[in-house]
Amino acid sequence: MSAVSSRTGRSLVLLAPLLLFLIGFFVWPLFSMMSQAVSDPAVLRLLPRSAEVLTDWDRKSPPTMPMQTALMEDLKAVDDDQALGDMVRRLNSARSGFRTLMSKTMSALEDTANPPADLVSIDKRWEKPEFWLAIADALSPLTDRNLLAAVDLGRNAAGDIEHLPADRSVNRVILVRTFWIAALVTFACAAIGFPYAMIAASLTGWKRDLMLAAVLLPLWTSLLVRTAAWFILLQEKGLINDLLQTLALIDAPLPLIFNRTGVIIAMTHVLLPFMVLPIYSVLITIPKNLMPAAASLGAPPWRAFLRVLLPLSLRGVASGSLLVFISAIGYYITPALIGGPGDQMISSIIAFYATGSANWGMAGALGVVLLIATLLLYSVYARLSTDEPGRR
Amino acid sequence: MPMKLAKFAFASLTILFLVAPLIAILPLAFTSSVILTYPIPSWSLRWFEELFTADAWRRAIFNSLIIGTGTTLLATVLGTAASLGLRNRLLFFCGSIRTLFLLPMVVPAVVLGVGMQVLLAGFGLTNSYAGVIIAHTVVAVPFVVVSVIGALAGIDERVELAAQSLGASPATVFRRVTLPLAMPGVLSGAVLAFATSLDEVVLTLFVAGPNQRTLARQMFSSIRENISPAIAAAAFLFIVATILIGLAVVLFRSMLAKRR
Repeated sequence: MSAVSSRTGRSLVLLAPLLLFLIGFFVWPLFSMMSQAVSDPAVLRLLPRSAEVLTDWDRKSPPTMPMQTALMEDLKAVDDDQALGDMVRRLNSARSGFRTLMSKTMSALEDTANPPADLVSIDKRWEKPEFWLAIADALSPLTDRNLLAAVDLGRNAAGDIEHLPADRSVNRVILVRTFWIAALVTFACAAIGFPYAMIAASLTGWKRDLMLAAVLLPLWTSLLVRTAAWFILLQEKGLINDLLQTLALIDAPLPLIFNRTGVIIAMTHVLLPFMVLPIYSVLITIPKNLMPAAASLGAPPWRAFLRVLLPLSLRGVASGSLLVFISAIGYYITPALIGGPGDQMISSIIAFYATGSANWGMAGALGVVLLIATLLLYSVYARLSTDEPGRR
Repeated sequence: MPMKLAKFAFASLTILFLVAPLIAILPLAFTSSVILTYPIPSWSLRWFEELFTADAWRRAIFNSLIIGTGTTLLATVLGTAASLGLRNRLLFFCGSIRTLFLLPMVVPAVVLGVGMQVLLAGFGLTNSYAGVIIAHTVVAVPFVVVSVIGALAGIDERVELAAQSLGASPATVFRRVTLPLAMPGVLSGAVLAFATSLDEVVLTLFVAGPNQRTLARQMFSSIRENISPAIAAAAFLFIVATILIGLAVVLFRSMLAKRR
């Protein structure tokens, strides 16, 4: 018993460093990204006194005197015009009319010669609970605004979820585009990878080795080198256009780079090994005598393929496709270098929000969408690759 | 035999598709021209010279070596220790810990990059070598874990029990029996960790400052901003390094196979 527990203790000591490292630098970053997506302390930071007083408010009755005083104090203390502008914009989208109300209030508060007694004396609208409700909602440090905006939804004045107007609906286009490009790449990989794996599995000796080496070599090569190589091949004066023009197949160079064609070609090249290898590893476990058996029972080759080989190899195709699709939806480098502005996928938009415009809330929200999609697909993949009937 | 011919043609074309781009970039490393196109006017080594003398490239190569070495050491030590810990099947949560160790391979790099930047900024570690090494280690460690777990699975536990019954202390058993037997797995894990760090761009974009530009990062911005044959020369170095790394891993794997 003591030997067992000392062994367990030793295992824990060995596991602990990596466990702590990954909790600190892998799990925690993902959580802080997610909390960026739902946290919005901007208004809370501007109106600390009001936040304190508003917690006692019943959200229905007209504003009390302490509420008005606290908000007046807070507004007088604001020295960050940018943050004030952001807050007013946010309040105005929750309750229209806030913009005019705020500017009127602010200029009245600046009038030190004739200080207003309370907010209602500045504008009658401050009597209405709706305006205070908007402030109370904005004070909450948690928000689903970014998450909703990531899928082009928003809350209207009544607080119901609705579609954003078309001019603000950019993310859904990008999400659809991401999944569409990933689907096209997965399809291209399957269309090339499945027959390739079948041929490789049917061969023996150096021919099979050559076919596998041709898959492994690109897999081993740096992603940047492969992307640079495609850049050189696809460019206007690149080898592909040169060759086609020399063969007089085309008159003018084809546009192959900075568009969808180039992205699909380069991504298919990069991800093809992830399709071929799982299919190949399933195919070599299928007994070689099944196809002759089907033939001897009178099945023509196409039928033997459809009824015997295809069903047996489907699991390999499914795990290969999932692997390719999961990798493809998170791709950043290849679309960034080979694609045009219309081919940027969700990762590029996340990078843009994070590094370009420092909008961490939106970067986090889109990151959550991508992370959830990836993890869901991965759990399907993990189940597929462990539930191997008749094996393990 | 039209079917056989079709198969041959399909296989050849696919091999061409897979390998030709990698071969096509190599001769351009030796061009004397300033543009990256064929035909090559004359041969020269000027772009390799540029790579080793131009400040940006030289610093990038230097940074890649520092960060790669740091990542390799950290990932190998953490990954090997954890793989040894995972051998004990008595731990009921083994499966989920293993999944956690492999997840950094799955999570999209940009998502991890955003979180990493937020977190490292909180620690004041952005724009530092430590930050980049930590980020690279997170994505390199799964390769070490997979490789070492594979090597450990091949060790016959009776050998260790024999050593123990002959009076060796647990530390001696580990040092004289387990570690030497697992060494090929540890070494190929280390090589893969270095290769991962060398090729990492996305996390580097998020956490590294201008002083930690790695070779891969420099290649990324140079393809994006002003592409020159220096890219082809860098790619040449990468491909040579890949072949060396591949040979090293094949060597370690055959060492492992011989032991069995």
